[in-house]
Amino acid sequence: MAAASVALDAATEVLVPGSEDEAIAAFDDGAGVAVVGGGTIVVPDVTYLRHRPMKALLLGRAGLSGITKDGSRTTVGATTPVAELVGMPAPLGPCAANVADLEIRAQGTVGGNLCAGEGYEAPRGDLQGAFLALGATVRSAANGEVTEEPLDEFLPKRGGRLLLSVSFEEPAAGAFAGLDRPHTHDYTALAVSGARAADGTLRLAATGAGSHGQRLPSAEGGDAEAALNDVTPHDDALASAWYRTKVLPVLVRRVLDELKESA
Amino acid sequence: MNLTVNGVEHHVDGGGLTPLLDVLRDELGITGPKAGCHQGGCGSCTVLVDGEPRRSCLMPAAYAEGTEITTVEGIGSPDDLSPVQQAFVHHYAAQCGFCTSGMMLAAHAYIAGGGTDDHEAIQEALGGHVCRCTGYSKIIDAVAAAARGDDFDLTTTAVGKYTTMATGGAA
Repeated sequence: MAAASVALDAATEVLVPGSEDEAIAAFDDGAGVAVVGGGTIVVPDVTYLRHRPMKALLLGRAGLSGITKDGSRTTVGATTPVAELVGMPAPLGPCAANVADLEIRAQGTVGGNLCAGEGYEAPRGDLQGAFLALGATVRSAANGEVTEEPLDEFLPKRGGRLLLSVSFEEPAAGAFAGLDRPHTHDYTALAVSGARAADGTLRLAATGAGSHGQRLPSAEGGDAEAALNDVTPHDDALASAWYRTKVLPVLVRRVLDELKESA
Repeated sequence: MNLTVNGVEHHVDGGGLTPLLDVLRDELGITGPKAGCHQGGCGSCTVLVDGEPRRSCLMPAAYAEGTEITTVEGIGSPDDLSPVQQAFVHHYAAQCGFCTSGMMLAAHAYIAGGGTDDHEAIQEALGGHVCRCTGYSKIIDAVAAAARGDDFDLTTTAVGKYTTMATGGAA
């Protein structure tokens, strides 16, 4: 069965797939398609005429929500609300709790957060850093083909693919350190996530230090200052590049210390 | 598309990406939910969707089909105010009133979910709601009082005599 189609206006065709297969078919090659999870990003963009997509793909009825565990591996469906990650171990739980307020966390989806575009005033996609630190892999589709790849390879091309789920191995230890937000409606100016995998591999990643979440491999040996080799902090409405440069090593140090304590 | 608002089923046109807020206000004339920032930052448009507080400006109306939507008009009436509404009157928790319906619905859901009069927990529950009159202290007092199940004498506010619509002007 093809996805139900609702006329919005002459410019936008709205597709409401009822299953994952229908969603993949409706997404096709993604050209001109705005994927809508909870609506928290796309709907205000359309309201303010910043974005007028040719097609909008409403994923809310496609059955892509839910968290499943298979041994030590956790898989989070694309339309799982961010709220469902709150309470999980660090870095994911505290990172999710630091997103917006409880109403928006219940509306916004994990897939939407991971695929969030760059944003107008500040980088979006707070969860990218936490999932990068966990070494997460992403299942996504385009042109009817489903592939699975590491999140850091997926992020640069997220605009052209339909995210279906994200999964990760339970870490041996995790930590999260972010700047406080003046109000729940602000994005986090800078945050660092860290996790030590069961095999001892340590991963660090930052949110707010680039157009999307980025790994900080140079600091993974324990030198917090070296994180600045991996990113180029920028000026935006939330913080200056100077401030981010000063604060990034501090947050990295806190995460490294916390991981050391839990060793 | 059919929407059930405050127990009444309505047939509406606004489908697709049209925000629930626009359908409620512009199509159905239900003006309790306010269009403040229209992008999720202020909480004045919050309604209850199956009892849970949601920003109606962010939710495509299509997602509300098949749910029970409650606006501030649905939790009480001028003659029969809900406990949260009574608490807001008694504690003088509304100034200009623009944020009030969203605040009250968030409070209503918080208390229905077992919320207590703990001020930090109330701040967390109402954290996405902005009051530009900055009347937060009295709002939190009101929610705490309603959470405790206080009785309210609506001929007075917590700070003195006050005439309210609910009491028909007694004071």
